[in-house]
Amino acid sequence: MKKTVLVLGLIAIVASFGFAGGAQEAGGAGAGDVTEFVIGNGAEPESLDPHLVSGVPEHRIMMGLYEGLVVPDPETATAVPGVAESWEISDDGTMYTFTLREDAQWSDGTPITAQQFVDSWLRILNPETAAPYAWFPSMFIKGAADYNAGEAGPESVAVRALDDRTFQFETVGPLPYTLDALSHYSFQVVPLHAIEEYGSEWTLPENFVGNGPYTLAEWSPQQRIVLEPNPTYWNADKVQLDRVVFLPVEEDTTMYNMYINGEIDWATNVPLGQLEQAQLRDDYHVSPYLGTYYYVFNNGREPLNDPNVRKALSMAIDRQLLVDTVTRAGQIPAYSMVPEMTGYPGIEGLGDDLDTARQLLADAGYPDGEGFPELTVLYNTNEAHKSIAEFIQQQWLDNLNINVTLENQEWGTYLNNRRQHNFDIARAGWIGDYQDPNTFLDMFITGGAMNGGQFANDEYDSLIAQAAQMQAGPERFDVLRQAEQIFIEDEMAVMPIYYYVNLNMIDLQKWSGWYANIMGWHPVGDIVGAN
Amino acid sequence: MTQYIVRRFLGLFPTLFIIITISFFIIRVAPGGPFAREKELPPQVLENIEKKYNMDEPLLVQYGMYMYDIIRGDLGPSFRYMDRDVNYYIFNSLPASMLLGLVSLSIALVLGITSGVVSALRQNRLADYLSMSVAVIGISVPLFVIGPVLMYFLSIRLQLLPTSGWIGGRNGLKPLIMPAITLAFPYFAYIARLTRASVIEVLRSDYIRTARAKGLRESVIIFKHVLKGALLPVVSYLGPAFAGIVTGSVVVEQIFRVPGLGRFFVQSAFNRDYTLIMGTVIVFSAILIVMNFLVDIVYALLDPRISYK
Repeated sequence: MKKTVLVLGLIAIVASFGFAGGAQEAGGAGAGDVTEFVIGNGAEPESLDPHLVSGVPEHRIMMGLYEGLVVPDPETATAVPGVAESWEISDDGTMYTFTLREDAQWSDGTPITAQQFVDSWLRILNPETAAPYAWFPSMFIKGAADYNAGEAGPESVAVRALDDRTFQFETVGPLPYTLDALSHYSFQVVPLHAIEEYGSEWTLPENFVGNGPYTLAEWSPQQRIVLEPNPTYWNADKVQLDRVVFLPVEEDTTMYNMYINGEIDWATNVPLGQLEQAQLRDDYHVSPYLGTYYYVFNNGREPLNDPNVRKALSMAIDRQLLVDTVTRAGQIPAYSMVPEMTGYPGIEGLGDDLDTARQLLADAGYPDGEGFPELTVLYNTNEAHKSIAEFIQQQWLDNLNINVTLENQEWGTYLNNRRQHNFDIARAGWIGDYQDPNTFLDMFITGGAMNGGQFANDEYDSLIAQAAQMQAGPERFDVLRQAEQIFIEDEMAVMPIYYYVNLNMIDLQKWSGWYANIMGWHPVGDIVGAN
Repeated sequence: MTQYIVRRFLGLFPTLFIIITISFFIIRVAPGGPFAREKELPPQVLENIEKKYNMDEPLLVQYGMYMYDIIRGDLGPSFRYMDRDVNYYIFNSLPASMLLGLVSLSIALVLGITSGVVSALRQNRLADYLSMSVAVIGISVPLFVIGPVLMYFLSIRLQLLPTSGWIGGRNGLKPLIMPAITLAFPYFAYIARLTRASVIEVLRSDYIRTARAKGLRESVIIFKHVLKGALLPVVSYLGPAFAGIVTGSVVVEQIFRVPGLGRFFVQSAFNRDYTLIMGTVIVFSAILIVMNFLVDIVYALLDPRISYK
């Protein structure tokens, strides 16, 4: 008897521990007749401080909570007025002067001034902030890179407040994509008065201060983030949703089921397994995405240091078959590094050509693949990357009679090896940061941090440098095009495979203000009920 | 008895200490680091972050500082989830994992023991084959298959339950049901097989023959004599099972969006989020160690053959 009591007691102790915790989970209001828009948002955000984040799920939340000088137009993702009501760009394209709205203010009523923009931009650039995305403003603002690298003080950064409502900065060159880039969260103004008061906890709902169409009502990690209209927003009339709920959903299959079941209004991805089913629905949206999936050749290693070998490997793959049978979501076969972009003529690339591929391989000294060493294809652990690698492995075997082995590593290890040139062929992907070919090309200059394949070409480097000093227009695009020709058609330094697509599910009969665009940016402030 | 318990309890701390120490150094050996991103950070920025997290000190000094902090109950700031510290994330997500684990284990125990006993008593008959077939499925079909299949039928087809989420919202307790069943399945299967084997063995033992010879009623024999002996292996399995169920719920937590610690456990390892990895390792090891300790005590109480001198 005594023993039984003890056993029951132990069970009771454990039970009370578990249930006490469960009881804290209360909360969550009924839907009632409020208009609620629920988003399946991928991973749990790392932070809600726009200067500390770097991911896509975070970006979707940022667009609801904050507003920069300019905001992306929901249809085109190009800049339209935000906190700035107007601006002027100097004739040489390097001086930007913004006039801020008189009624721009924080959600606690504090007015937004030009000096706050100066201080905010200096905050993200400050090496003490250790912002993961500080490299982005550093690319544009004169003096920013030096300050971020700790080589100069904040006074060297060319940003200034001419008066309360006039903000000015200078760029490192006439970079024509600057204005559109300013809607990115790394250029965000932040409420320094709140940050000073609450430190790193300023983003918690009880302390939160923002300036976007919505403000933060709830943040339960791994459960939900709830946004409610910001009453002090200058354009509050356009904000029509009563609640916007971001749910962290890591499993795409779960996200799909939630969407089908009506638990979310917008699914931000579609799992491969459900593609066929989803493609039959009219709330399934597939659209080009500004990104390229490619394989990096280690240009510094035998036999990949021979351009003929690299070209042979690239031309021996049937990319159409790959996108039709493996990736299956409407991805576009890629023969150039830069995806299709307005105004940029692009290059043709070398295409898929089996006979030429075999000839090139023979020219390189490996007729019919004879004597070709067994190379390794490195990719980060992921089912989709694995299927693609297996397809390419088979194609190289069938078409060129060469064997490669596949090796997968988890993300951190893979990144480390790729960076240290410790691979033969490595999978990679790049999503453009702005709508200009430069975002796909400047990372491959000699010694660049992203240039794991050790591509080095003086002419390429000087063309990229030349373009950085040119005004917008066809001449500049032509210089970038020449650089891309060297990179792909002459050297095949990397092997482009396909251009990404964006997959979304949202019922546009029920919601409007949501548009497919090449950046995949969908500002939540523009989404309204369709009726 | 008290002396035995105290001695065993004190023995827990060195174990935990060793786990913390080994983990601390092993994590640092993994390639990459918490700040490895596709775009590399400027060296100066890296240096600054390292200073912020005391990573510029020699590793032994860092270890000393870390041990000092955890003794004071401070698990430090997370490297990735920067707005709150590790303590917050752990103590907010542990209850969900515990509740899910407890409910799952209860389901697994009740169903597992019941079907194990029934199987043993109806050995090689329909009920036996039926429940053992279910058990084989439970052991061999992985959770990431069972979960979505359940979700498809119960949520999408029958519209009985929400696909995912957690209790306390507008769905009440409903979101707990599917993850608990999914997680319980393999443990139910294991317990059922364990119980069956053990009941069969006990049924053949001398003391049961004696009980039968004395003319006791069958129900008395089963509940009073057979079960008590037959459940010992199940009890000894309980500790590891509970620890496993709480720590191993990663897949289930992801599929059903349970705001538990398991998701952080895996994600923090991928992110090289040193402090969050350490935090989850410490909590999970503590659960494992404590559960084994409790089982040892219960075992000592139940089994007269074990002495605790």
